[in-house]
Amino acid sequence: MRLVEIEDLVVSFRQFEGLVQAVRGVSFDLQSGESLGIVGESGSGKSVTCSALLRLLREPPATITAKKLVLGGQDMLRADKRALASIRGRVAAMVFQDPMTSLDPVFTIGHQIVETIVAHKRASKKEALARAIALLKRVEIKNAEAVVRYYPHQLSGGMLQRVMIAMALSCEPAVLVADEPTTALDVTIQAQILQLIKDIQAETGMGLIMITHDLGVIAETVDRVVVMYGGRVMETGPVEAIFAAPLHPYTRALLASIPGQQPGKQRLTEIPGSSPNPANPPSGCPFHPRCPIAEDACRVTTPLLETKATGRAAACIRVPAERVAA
Amino acid sequence: MSEHALELSQISKEFGGRTVVDRVNLVVPKNQVVALVGESGSGKTTTGLMALRLIEPSAGRILLGGHDITSLRQRDLKPFRRQMQVVFQDSYASLDPMMTLGEIIAEPLAIHAIGTASERRDRARDWLQRVGLDGSYATRYPHELSGGQRQRVSVARALILGASVLVADEPTSALDVSVKAQIVNLLQGLQADMGLSMLFISHDLSVVRSLADQVVVMLRGRVVERGPTDRIFANAHHPYTRALLDAVPVIDPTARRRRTFLTAEEINANTPRFRPEDIEPQPLVDTADPQLVALAGSHFVEAIVTGGR
Ligand SMILES: Nc1ncnc2c1ncn2[C@@H]1O[C@H](COP(=O)(O)OP(=O)(O)OP(=O)(O)O)[C@@H](O)[C@H]1O
Ligand SMILES: Nc1ncnc2c1ncn2[C@@H]1O[C@H](COP(=O)(O)OP(=O)(O)OP(=O)(O)O)[C@@H](O)[C@H]1O
Ligand code: SF4
Ligand SMILES: [Mg+2]
Ligand SMILES: [Mg+2]
Repeated sequence: MRLVEIEDLVVSFRQFEGLVQAVRGVSFDLQSGESLGIVGESGSGKSVTCSALLRLLREPPATITAKKLVLGGQDMLRADKRALASIRGRVAAMVFQDPMTSLDPVFTIGHQIVETIVAHKRASKKEALARAIALLKRVEIKNAEAVVRYYPHQLSGGMLQRVMIAMALSCEPAVLVADEPTTALDVTIQAQILQLIKDIQAETGMGLIMITHDLGVIAETVDRVVVMYGGRVMETGPVEAIFAAPLHPYTRALLASIPGQQPGKQRLTEIPGSSPNPANPPSGCPFHPRCPIAEDACRVTTPLLETKATGRAAACIRVPAERVAA
Repeated sequence: MSEHALELSQISKEFGGRTVVDRVNLVVPKNQVVALVGESGSGKTTTGLMALRLIEPSAGRILLGGHDITSLRQRDLKPFRRQMQVVFQDSYASLDPMMTLGEIIAEPLAIHAIGTASERRDRARDWLQRVGLDGSYATRYPHELSGGQRQRVSVARALILGASVLVADEPTSALDVSVKAQIVNLLQGLQADMGLSMLFISHDLSVVRSLADQVVVMLRGRVVERGPTDRIFANAHHPYTRALLDAVPVIDPTARRRRTFLTAEEINANTPRFRPEDIEPQPLVDTADPQLVALAGSHFVEAIVTGGR
């Protein structure tokens, strides 16, 4: 079953200096049970894409248009406030990049998880609290009985992140959208959380959209990858293909910058040049000012992203179609 | 003058009767980067904030450039504040939502009355560019940024005063590998050119490996191992450190595996045990911290020493 369909999503923000085009024509979909990873440059529109999918952006200043924006069979562009409220949590739950955007500092952790559960499930407060404690234990918060009485400022960064994950899972969503869910976790707890998500997917067919800069986590967790740059999708394909034979020059540059391959103190590899400014994006291919193989046409032509039968696509005029189809 | 930029000795913190940092000793030598790694919730952030007196320790001493700042009044701390800066783990909560980025980055200059308003504005724009953001971002507000853009604003704000000691708590966790490289290279440059000393708190072991001179590993409020970076990566002794290094995800989707993890009981059962005569080159017990045993090459591990001393 198709859980998510996004076609030609455009998101802009009205601003003092003009229009900021954060997302400039993004398309992808997600099947049930599938894991999709979104990677790409800081500021390339990953979080905005996912917030737009759940209609979580304030409109205005944001404006959202799309040919299709479908979540769990519902047209998200036409859904009214009530429909949206029932979709969020039940159909899709989001783990935010910054935990404090969605936790309230004046309520205890337990109170906030209980409220979420009671809002979406028929459960008494007592049942909800027991469920909250059980979930916190599943995300490796050992002293969960005590932690439910804590306020957010009394938790460490990684504990807050795990509370967010527990809260999102508490409603048993059909799609989990997780924005950088493990940045504050040490790798052993990270491994346990990712395993928990995989186990739930195997049990319930939950779909996963995960945004992360951690390419090791991508390699280990997801089935398919979307690579973003400058508000657009540069490349997409099965995870093995992306790592074994990246097609797009941006993907190749990104993989070449992975640190820590060699021992010892060292300078790290950066992609030369600077990120595009979404208030004044480059013409043609957004990567052209930094692309080592750019030619004149790249400045005028905006490359299309056409998915081949292999499930691969690369938005680059210099990648021959037969390599995408290979 | 002391050779240490920062020295924490037997520092502890209790919150409501619960000890979250337990007699930690930690030294950041001048012009070095010391990485603090370890379990989520083990007390890294609390330790880093105590070093700057942003959280008051329950016990222990803090020396900044050889000066004991443990019991200075906040007013008397002000001259030291200029030398020591912090990048908070949560950039969202630490940036004032009512201020523009230009104002946020320039604020430390304003607090210490450095430069004219227009000089401060210029320097803020210059720092925006150094962290990879266009100067035009100066008029934007924090909520209008992506996570990684906000994190870079925190880094710029911490560096603008030219501090000599930086506590950086997960300063690159929201950055893609290329921008991360840019920030790590910037920090390395400041270490080399300006003599910056740094306590670098991070879960990102590949960055730790490329940036740190020494690594300190924390588990449940205690330091369980510390030593030169290369030795920790090549020859870790403590079971938790080994589990940590072993759990780093591999960047190869064809080599997927179930990562292993140790329970608390397994870690306790596997804590190294030494008889004094087994410890090379000499049985050297760190007296300040009785459970840390010295191995060869400035490498210490928490261990149980059996058979007396
Ligand atoms: N409310 C807003 N108003 C104006 N611009 C915004 C707003 N929110 C985001 N942006 C801009 O839109 C672009 C995309 O932001 P987004 O948060 O999606 O990036 P991202 O890919 O998630 O990056 P990161 O990896 O750093 O989190 C950025 O350039 C950001 O500055
Ligand atoms: N203000 C507070 N009141 C009570 N307990 C606190 C407070 N601040 C921190 N703690 C507790 O102290 C412990 C250590 O927290 P700290 O933030 O130092 O961990 P950390 O090592 O930085 O973890 P992470 O890697 O997840 O950021 C945690 O158990 C936390 O719940
Ligand atoms: S379209 Fe041109 S500029 Fe863009 S990635 Fe391909 S070769 Fe480089
Ligand atoms: Mg983001
Ligand atoms: Mg922390």
